[in-house]
Amino acid sequence: MAAIIEKIITTDEIKTDEYLVNIGPQHPSTHGVLRLLTKLEGEIVHNVEPHIGYIHSGIEKMTEALSYPQIVHLTDRMDYLSAHMNNEAVCLCVENALQVEVPERVKYIRTIFDELQRLASHQLWWCASGMDLGALTAFFYGLRDREDILDIFEETCGARLTLNYSVPGGVMFDIHPNFQKNVKAFITKFRKKLPEYDKLLTDNIIFQNRTKGIGILSKEDAIAYGVTGPSGRASGFSCDVRKHHPYSAYPYIKFDEKMGTEGDSFTRWKLRMDEMWESMNIIEQLIDNIPEGDFAVKMKGVIKLPEGEFYQRVETARGEFGVYIVSDGKKNPYRVKFRSPGFSNLFTINHIAKGWKIADLVAIMATFDLVIPDIDR
Amino acid sequence: MGITSKKEFEKNDFPILESYEGGSIILTQLDALVNWARSNSVWPLTFGTRCCAIEFMAVGASRHDMARFGYEVARATPRQADMIIISGSINYKMAPVLRRLYDQIADPKYVIAMGACAVSGGPFYYNSYSIVKGADHVIPVDIYVPGCPPRPEALLYAFLQLQKKIKREKNFKNKIQK
Repeated sequence: MAAIIEKIITTDEIKTDEYLVNIGPQHPSTHGVLRLLTKLEGEIVHNVEPHIGYIHSGIEKMTEALSYPQIVHLTDRMDYLSAHMNNEAVCLCVENALQVEVPERVKYIRTIFDELQRLASHQLWWCASGMDLGALTAFFYGLRDREDILDIFEETCGARLTLNYSVPGGVMFDIHPNFQKNVKAFITKFRKKLPEYDKLLTDNIIFQNRTKGIGILSKEDAIAYGVTGPSGRASGFSCDVRKHHPYSAYPYIKFDEKMGTEGDSFTRWKLRMDEMWESMNIIEQLIDNIPEGDFAVKMKGVIKLPEGEFYQRVETARGEFGVYIVSDGKKNPYRVKFRSPGFSNLFTINHIAKGWKIADLVAIMATFDLVIPDIDR
Repeated sequence: MGITSKKEFEKNDFPILESYEGGSIILTQLDALVNWARSNSVWPLTFGTRCCAIEFMAVGASRHDMARFGYEVARATPRQADMIIISGSINYKMAPVLRRLYDQIADPKYVIAMGACAVSGGPFYYNSYSIVKGADHVIPVDIYVPGCPPRPEALLYAFLQLQKKIKREKNFKNKIQK
């Protein structure tokens, strides 16, 4: 028996046929209802074909029958982990089209909310991808700290996840009197908690072996596929919208665009961890300097955009999110197109995962931080 | 003995403990015993479609901790699960998949429709061409939880309501009476 096994191990005689494995639509590591048609030979991935549309809800078509303030409320159902950035993108687009200058206070509040939302999103990404790689403890650590941010959101605008806080012309309510105090308390607390995250996973040798040098995306490919956000920056593609096309209060502050060079799963992981530190720096610069003033400008009851085409991009937690509005001068848009970062990021997966093992496919998907309703819209 | 009439026997869901010399005896109905066990170990399927799935994760995590009610073991395969939480909208491409998942769960099985999308289509009720207007068009639903998304407390309340519902089930009573 031992001789037979030895023969099997030492010779290449055993060849398996290629076979197809359906990952999803109901699968815990796809973070939603994505289906990956995977062609395997043994454990080696030969081809990955993502099938989307299992959560398609036709938001772009729906917007054609809605007024502009109503569209805002649909956008946070797309990328629900970057709900405020999505709201802000539509609001900025409408404001730019009408050439409305919002008060300084609004810009500061929006930027602080952006960064808090980015922190919350990265925490959830950290715990979900930790869970994908087999570290269930990460799940409990990440969601424990995330609840603190959600409490801050809830105090100001009443919602935990789908904020609906931005409206064209400003924000819906003024910030809660405790807002600044609570945010500062959270940052002091989270600065102590974040090294725990590193200790738990980033420094873990098992984790490093599963991610280092795996799933490499080169800079050229990142640009060719349009990969943006932390995934693109990990490949050395400088694509931070906050830096290159600053909006809201980003021109007033100093922050680094975190960059990586190697483009493997571990770099993507490390970059998001670094971004959490940077987000806290940004919030600390802004939180004490929120200027006094109105929290919104008075807009007309019925908002009508002038005829033309308008585009606005923002940096969500996953990359560049764009809103393209074509208006024919009526109260409803003629056509709306959303450029979602997840869509471009997902379709690199065939290029990256080819030749790696199926367990690496899960690690690659985890470090790309996919949100499926953002891809399907 | 504590029970004197049939009517009184039906009323007694709770076990009766009687002490005798050398030990105690618990008297209860078989239904009550089975339902007690079932209602405290309902395993949900890890199935999430939209934002409500994040709140479902929050319920499973540290602060809200659904393990307190016996719901903690989320299973990735329907064959090991007892319950589906439909957390998010279901569209026409997903509906057959959901039906298949439901059919694969072994009886007894329960369904919670979480959030406005699963209850009625929610924000996608008007103008959307692809969303099923309520998951109960596809599979039978036991508990509806409104909200967009519902707070974790609302989902915990739904869990408690589901436990109440399970405890009222009659599994053996009719067979014995025949």
